[in-house]
Parts: sequence; C-alpha cells; structure tokens
Amino acid sequence: MSDPTEANGTAGSAEAAGPAESGGGPGRHVRVVLVDDHRMFRTGVQAEIGQTEQTGVEVVGEAADVDQAVTVITATRPEVVLLDVHLPGGGGVEVLRRCAPLMGDTEQPVRFLALSVSDAAEDVIGVIRGGARGYVTKTITGTDLVNSVFRVQEGDAVFSPRLAGFVLDAFASTDAPPVDEDLDRLTQREREVLRLIARGYAYKEIAKQLYISVKTVESHVSAVLRKLQLSNRHELTRWATARRLV
Amino acid sequence: MSEAAAAPLAEPRPPRKLYRSSDGRWLGGVARGLAGHLGLPVIWVRLVFVGLFMADGLGALLYAAFWFFVPLGVGGVEAQKPPSPLTETSSDGRRRLVARRPDKGQIVALLLMVVVAMVFVGNVNLSGGARAYLWPTVFVGAGVALVWRQADNARRARWAEVGRRRRTVTLLRSVGGVLLVTAGVSGIFVLQGSAAHLGSVLQAALAVLVGITLLAGPYLVRMTQDLSEERLMRIRAQERAEVAAHVHDSVLHTLTLIQRNAENANEVRRLARAQERDLRTWLYKPEGTGKDEADEPTTLADAVRRNAAEVEDKHGVPIEVVVVGDCPLDERISAQMQAAREAMVNAAKYGGEGGAVQVFAEVEGKTVFVSVRDRGPGFDLGSIPADRMGVRESIIGRMERNGGTARLRAVPDGGTEVELEMERAEKTS
Repeated sequence: MSDPTEANGTAGSAEAAGPAESGGGPGRHVRVVLVDDHRMFRTGVQAEIGQTEQTGVEVVGEAADVDQAVTVITATRPEVVLLDVHLPGGGGVEVLRRCAPLMGDTEQPVRFLALSVSDAAEDVIGVIRGGARGYVTKTITGTDLVNSVFRVQEGDAVFSPRLAGFVLDAFASTDAPPVDEDLDRLTQREREVLRLIARGYAYKEIAKQLYISVKTVESHVSAVLRKLQLSNRHELTRWATARRLV
Repeated sequence: MSEAAAAPLAEPRPPRKLYRSSDGRWLGGVARGLAGHLGLPVIWVRLVFVGLFMADGLGALLYAAFWFFVPLGVGGVEAQKPPSPLTETSSDGRRRLVARRPDKGQIVALLLMVVVAMVFVGNVNLSGGARAYLWPTVFVGAGVALVWRQADNARRARWAEVGRRRRTVTLLRSVGGVLLVTAGVSGIFVLQGSAAHLGSVLQAALAVLVGITLLAGPYLVRMTQDLSEERLMRIRAQERAEVAAHVHDSVLHTLTLIQRNAENANEVRRLARAQERDLRTWLYKPEGTGKDEADEPTTLADAVRRNAAEVEDKHGVPIEVVVVGDCPLDERISAQMQAAREAMVNAAKYGGEGGAVQVFAEVEGKTVFVSVRDRGPGFDLGSIPADRMGVRESIIGRMERNGGTARLRAVPDGGTEVELEMERAEKTS
C-alpha cells in the first residue's frame, strides 16, 4: 500500500496483486468524479491522478457541495466518486443517501471511495455505513490513491489502517449481545486480516503472512465491509459517540 | 451622617468600581461590598447602617437604594486580597467563617433586623392610624427583599453554574414574595377603608393583570427565547474564538518556520506533521480528556500517541498510529510503553527511509499487543554484536523482566516488525 509494495509489485504475480499495481496497465480506464469543497485539494488530486495516459484515471467532473455533487454524478455517471466526508449541505453521507439508486444500479454502478482528513470515527464509520466502498486519508500518495480507485472500481473494498482500527474497535465492544449473529460478529480470520491491515500490511503481504491468496484476503475484506454496512448493531453508532475505557 | 455614607459614591476612584459582594453577605451584600470598596471592616459598615436605621429608617432606605442601584459583583472584602489569605486580619478570619456558612449569618441578620425594627417601632411615636400601617409595610418590605435576593442568587448561580437543581426552591421563594407583597398591599387598602370595595378592587386588578399577560405574554416569551438563543450563540462564538486563537497562532508560527526552512524538506515535513498532530488533538480529541497538555499520560492510547509524537519530532520520520481499545496504564503496561518507544526510535533511525513507521496497539481482554513496523532494509538480531545491548536489553529484556514477550521479525517484503505482548495487571474492569 505504500512505496515499497509498489516497487515490488512488478515482481509479484500481477494478476493477483491488483490491476493498478504497475501504474494502470494498458486498456485500464476509470472515470472519476471528485467531490471536495476545497478547490486547492481538488486541484492537487487532479494533478496527481488526472494524467489519464499514465494512470488510467480520467476525472470527468468536480463538485464542491452536496447539490452540485448529486447533479454532477447523475449527469456524468462515473464509475468511482472520490467523496469528502465534510461537505457543505449535509456532508458526504447526504450525497450517498441521494445517490443510493445509482449505487444499486446493476448495469453500471457508481461506487464511492471516502477521502477525508477527518479523524473522528463517527464521520468515517458514517460514510462507510452510508454505502462508501472504502476510506482513505488525504495523506495517501498518488499511486496508492490510483490503486485504491481501481480496487473500488472492481467492486473491492479499500480499508486504510486507520479505518481497520476503527472497525476493530467498533466490533470489539461486545457488552451487548449481537442482534444478528451472522452479521454482528467478525470471524477469527476477518479479525486477523483487519489487524494486519491496521498494522500497515498490504494485501499481498497479508496473503503471505496468513498463507492464503490475495483473492481470499479481498473476499475477507469485502465481507467485513458488508457486515459494517448491513450490521444492525445500533451499538455501532452508540460506540462512535461515546468511547469509553475498557 | 448620610453624607459620610454617600461620599464614596460622590468621589469615585476610576479603577475601582463599587459592587455588592456576592459571597459572605447577610442580606444584599451591600455592607460587604461597601466595606471592600472603602477598605473598612464590614462590621463597621453594618453598624453604621443599623445606626442610620434608627434615624427614622434612613439606613433601610439607603440600604435599599444601594441594593437597587449597585450591581452584584465579585467585589467585596476578600476580593481585595484573594491570593494572600495569610495577611488577613482577625476580623477577616471571622468574615471567612461567615462566608462559609451563609445560612447562619442570614438567620442572625434576620433576628437582628427584627430586634432593631422592634426598637425602632418602640422609639418612633406613631399615631394610632399610622401604627396600623406598620404590619402591611413590613409585609411588603419582606416580600420585596425575598424576591430581590432571589434575583441576586439567580445571577450568582449563573456564574457558578449550579442553578438547575434549585428550581422549585426558586419558584417557592418567588411565590412567597409575591404573596407577602400582595398581603401587604391589600392590608393597606383595607386600612384605608376601602375594605368594602376589596372584592371589586381585586377583581379589577385581576382583570388588568390577565389583560396585560395576554397582551405582553407572547412578546415576553419571545424575548426570553431570543435572549437565551443569543446567549447560546455567544457561548459558541466564544468557543470558536478560543479554538481560532489557538490555531491561528500556532499555524502562523509553523507557516513562518516552513517558509524559512523551505529548502530543508525534512524540517518542513517535521513541522507540518507536528502542526497537523496539534490541530487534530484540538479538533478531534473527545471532550473531557482535556485538550490541554496533561502532564503524564494515564491511558494506553494516550501513552502510545505521546511516544509516537515525540519520536516523530525527534527523528523526523512520520509515525502512523492506530489504537484499538484503551486501558489505564499500570506498571507492566508502562514498561511495555517504554519498550515500544525504544522500538519506534529504532524503526525511525534505521528503517525510516522506506516510508512511515506504523504503530498498532490493541487491547483485547487482558492482553495488550503493540506492533511497531518499518519498511527499511530490515535486520537480523543474530548478526548484531553481543555487546550492542539496545534491542536485547531495552526491548526484549525489559519485556521479559515484566512478564511479557517481545518478538522481532523480518516482514516478508522488507522491513522489520517488533511485536510486544503483555498481560495487564490483575485488577480488570
């Protein structure tokens, strides 16, 4: 997920390591909309990932608030939306709510990747539960961001170490019995995978560490995301507001 | 004599304003406030008031006037010298005692007033007609005093922010005051011989009151709502200003430093990271954990973050921290924290070129797990000379002495990871 991984990426099995590992292969193309209320940040991201020939990312639209975002997304139908958590007009959650029909589209679903500076767990968990496919911090490097965009486009989930930490934290507080046994518990394997993500491991490294394939790692991560989004633990929300000592 | 009492008002000293004292007062805090203002013992002022009271009730009038016009404040005798209680005179000592037990003082004051009033009434030779008005007047006076002191209390409560729980008492006092005043005024009416018309007078008064309430009610309600809203806004604005003041200063500082060190990429990065951390602490730290720098961290999460921040500042390598769960620090965990810090220093020193150092801490049940990983060239513990004690002693040795375990291992794709595991001390939550 950070520089050395990328350097090693060419040596590893390119297929399993993800499409963008080698900087977006030929034929790879993804249409992206940037939603962020800071113009400077949009410009920066645009400059970093917007060279379509090199990265395979084409920025087809930008928006600075919720209304604009909904309009632009509906009009351009991108494959991936980079969504800021804090936005004038209701925040990223509001955009997700109003774009819900687009996300469910089977033909060409619009997928959201939350991109935020926020450290507040309830913000982050909020957008994930709203339907975002992942969350990365704004300190992420350009190459990593491109990787994440492609991963989201493929329908995979993107967990930054910090998000993995939040999720582990949320699912760890089990003083109330889970409402839905299947959803409200992470399997041992899922916890292990999350822990390794939180420790800064890339998918490929996790696969090596646990002697499983990268595909399996991906499916674990997607399962966690699904649980997070579908879980009816009201506790999750409560946890976010009142974090207490163990 | 009245001139003597009024003198301090006539020649106001610019820097000092006259306030009624909010603590240690017996009635309205007038005497205490005056004493503080004049630099006299309270007892003298009180005696003067009592004496003036004898002069046809002048003292009472004067007192009431002061009460009415002088705002309640934190002035008063003690406010003159709060930092040095040692310099207090003996009379001051007694005053402190009174201040601690205001209720006793108030009872004494009340008794004193009654006695003085008796004497006064006895002295003044009132004609039969006038004498009859005495009790209604006393009622009115008592009622007014009751409600007025109430208003003062409310104001004081706002300073101390303890007002809520005494709602009912407040209400009772207000009602009591109103009843007293009503009784007094009615008494006067009755005495004036209009007792026959009392019923119709009361009815008319009631009608007028209802009318006024209907007319002014909505307006009054809206006014109070506006007022409380405005107060809320003010509090918010204040909070924002506080954050802004803090952020403003430190951000400008950092930006200046960054401009000056523009060629030195490492220094710029270090400054920016430090500033970011500072800002995050301010913005996202949960309420009640104290946004100010505490002296010593008391919980695991705190300790990990603090250590990481210090190492980051010192070595200029970004350290990313993820903490899951939290627990209070005990002796073993503190040892683990020291080992973790050592590991962070090593990672920053020898593995910092590969990117950020990643620190992960998790509390699961009684086990506390910390991992520190870098993406540097990696190293082999076996190849390090036996006399180099850094890792062996300060990480592995320290953990084992305290009953924990430490593992160093090479990460498959380069870099080193230090894993520290420790059981928490017996008492669990």
